[in-house]
Amino acid sequence: MTVALETIDLSKRFAGIVATSNVSFRIAKGARHALIGPNGAGKTTLINLLTGVQRPSSGRIMFDGEDISGFSTQKRVGLGIVRTFQINQLFGDLTPLETIGLAVSERRGQGLDWWRIVGSRHDLVTEVVEILERFHLSDVMNTRAGILPYGKQRLLEIALAIACRPRVLLLDEPAAGVPEDERHEILSAVASLPAEVTVLLIEHDMDIVFSFADRISVLVNGALFVEGKPEEVASDPRVRAVYLGEEFADA
Amino acid sequence: MAARACSAEASGYRGTQMLTILFDGIAYGMLLFVLAAGLAVTLGLMNFVNLAHGAFAMAGGYVTVLTVNRLGVPFLASLPIAFLASAIAGFILERTLYVHVYGKSHLDQVLFTIGLVFMSVAAVDYVMGSSPVFVQVPGSLQGKFDLFGIGIGRYRLLIIIICGLLTIALQCTLAFTRFGSRLRAAVDDSRVARGLGINVNRIFAFTFAFGSGLAGLGGALGAEILGLDPAFPLKFMIYFLIVVTVGGTSSIIGPFFASLLLGIGDVAGKYYVPTLGSFVIYTIMIVILIWRPQGLFARTSSR
Amino acid sequence: MIARSTIVAATERLAARARWHPLEFAFWISAFSAIYLMPSQHLILTEIAWLGLFALSLDLILGYAGIVSLGHAAFFGFGAYAAALLAKYEIINEPVLAMLAAGAGALMLGFVTSFLVLRGSDLARLMVTLGVALVLRELANRYGWLTGGADGLQGVTIRPLLGTFRFDMFGHTGYAYCLIVLFVLFLIARRLVNSPFGLSLLSVKGNPLRASAIGISVDARLVAIYTVAAGYAGIAGALLAQTTAFASLEVFSFDRSADLLLVLIIGGAGYLYGGLIGAIIFKFMQDYLSALTPQYWPFWIGLVLVTIVLVGRDRISSWTAPVRSLSVLMDWRTLRSSQVTRPPERTFQ
Repeated sequence: MTVALETIDLSKRFAGIVATSNVSFRIAKGARHALIGPNGAGKTTLINLLTGVQRPSSGRIMFDGEDISGFSTQKRVGLGIVRTFQINQLFGDLTPLETIGLAVSERRGQGLDWWRIVGSRHDLVTEVVEILERFHLSDVMNTRAGILPYGKQRLLEIALAIACRPRVLLLDEPAAGVPEDERHEILSAVASLPAEVTVLLIEHDMDIVFSFADRISVLVNGALFVEGKPEEVASDPRVRAVYLGEEFADA
Repeated sequence: MAARACSAEASGYRGTQMLTILFDGIAYGMLLFVLAAGLAVTLGLMNFVNLAHGAFAMAGGYVTVLTVNRLGVPFLASLPIAFLASAIAGFILERTLYVHVYGKSHLDQVLFTIGLVFMSVAAVDYVMGSSPVFVQVPGSLQGKFDLFGIGIGRYRLLIIIICGLLTIALQCTLAFTRFGSRLRAAVDDSRVARGLGINVNRIFAFTFAFGSGLAGLGGALGAEILGLDPAFPLKFMIYFLIVVTVGGTSSIIGPFFASLLLGIGDVAGKYYVPTLGSFVIYTIMIVILIWRPQGLFARTSSR
Repeated sequence: MIARSTIVAATERLAARARWHPLEFAFWISAFSAIYLMPSQHLILTEIAWLGLFALSLDLILGYAGIVSLGHAAFFGFGAYAAALLAKYEIINEPVLAMLAAGAGALMLGFVTSFLVLRGSDLARLMVTLGVALVLRELANRYGWLTGGADGLQGVTIRPLLGTFRFDMFGHTGYAYCLIVLFVLFLIARRLVNSPFGLSLLSVKGNPLRASAIGISVDARLVAIYTVAAGYAGIAGALLAQTTAFASLEVFSFDRSADLLLVLIIGGAGYLYGGLIGAIIFKFMQDYLSALTPQYWPFWIGLVLVTIVLVGRDRISSWTAPVRSLSVLMDWRTLRSSQVTRPPERTFQ
């Protein structure tokens, strides 16, 4: 297997708390890898470390064989490592059209173009509309993101990451907070991701996890607890012990 | 032989000169602390940028000038009057105007308090005239005496004593009284403090009034050293802000040391490098803010 | 299969963001015709022109990038002194070239100080920007042999523009000059804010975390816009110095920076015209109030500031919403489409 993303002995300590503890794992190229664990296990911290939002206290992160531990967030995005946020991080005053337009123009290297009017390039607008349609956002494309319904915001959150044409996509609880009847849109969006894109999914909803993932890692107290194929993890008594008493949060 | 004795005397003189400057710097620094303490607590407690803090100091200064020069009240007796006048003014303004601005953005707070400064400066200019005023300091406080060759100014000694006592009293109140612990809790995390049943708004009203009173006292004490005219709030605003940003707002120890640093730095700077003067202070502030944006002494809070 | 109509609608919507509105034409036509139609007002109009440019420069960083600055006068003052000194010591005799040189110098100063506003909270930025302006004021004060110190720079003669147009006492040349400079710089700024770069600035202002998460180098963008804004402010200062043949310490003063904030807030930040409209209102207000109470006019400024904040900037901009809705209705191009949507409100929070 070709390894897309790999961590070697990755650790993160905050004053007295060990958020991530010697995590070493590999994500294969094109994998559908899920990361699960109880609340407070350090899943979001791990994503923050992988994307450069936080710096590791020790250990390394390798992407395509290159050590990216010291790279800034934007540099990693340039390499193709893109994430979504558990709590929507959108641009409240921008419409979906503008938001996706921004992401696409940045990706195309036009971010520093200060002379051309936004949207004057036909091929760019076509790509933007194609993404908006794919995520069912074209009917709200001119509404400011801050006043969109939550489900649409969540779709925009994911669409924004997709617009960056990621090679590795880190999804932090994509279905979090989405009402039952709107979930299928999120799920089909996630399921329809191109095969060559490597996806790391954090989720609490086990239905989503087991229908989506081909490999699961379990994180407990910042350390890798168990890793393997879904059937293996599902039947592992230790995993059930960890989750005993834990409600499978549906949101 | 004689040359060596001369140079020994000269270096001895330089040494005591340095100590004199140190003494003056400490006096200046402690005065700044009393002036800025209220601002530090206001900022730390309610996250409110009160650029008009200097106006309360000015008020205290002018009250002292009026009571001593025109009413013949003894200087030391005028100090508590200045404190009370500024505290009452602070309380009234806080309850009537400031309350409406708490939730607003920092930019709004800045605009609001700048507006208040402009209004107070113009009002004082109108009432008292624009030339500097002087307090008739009693003779017992004027001049200096010699202590091991160090020039101890009487007035500055008074400042150090009063401000020192105030600082100790403040720190003791914060550390050892129930009010102090409630205040510290509210500064640390006002949401949690409210959840514990602490009446944060009442604490703030009282603290704001007290801080304004302290500023007034500082203005009264400082009129002799810093000079007092209607432009006082504008001239010294930057100093208060430096104290608060360098010292941080999570305790009063931080601003205390920041004030001393600033006071000694300013006096020493103006003495040794007179051509650059205040330039040194502003540069130090910029450097510190680049290095540690949250202030030299601040704990990194959970917020 | 994506509908062609959606692409057309999207293209149209994006183009509409940047399209010139009829009211804009009206604004600039009025401004230019005032050269011929209002000769008696040219002096105050000249002041409005460079003040509007100064406010425009602040809008670029405050309204579009979210940087709160209390020391923008640093660049303004630098430009003023640079232009005055270039003229006085006859280093650059032609005013337009001198103005450009002063602007370039202010631009570099902005670049050098830009890293100071990258880190820290709003309060830290306020402090640092204020500090820079005060440092410059101190420097200008200390080097009085060069700058004229507290008395200001005397003996400055401004040569005719482009060798032909003399500056006169009534501000005729001055107004035309400042207006043209303002217009050109405005056009450039307008292109800039409607470009992909401008859009990225809005994203940085709204959510810097997410902006960097989609690959935008937040720091680099902020440095870029801060530098440009500094250059604009420097040119505004140069225009002041050239139209009055004078420069003094108060160009660096806190009062200047505070007045500037007020100008921009009156007009509204984030849509480029706020600074210009604010400058008009401010200058006429100042004119009127100074005639009433010449010495105490800061009192009225303070009162206006306090009132604006207490009433609330949102509420004030909602008073102008009917005007903006009317302006949308007036636009013959949107009358055709069936939905009349309100233009996106860029309210600065």
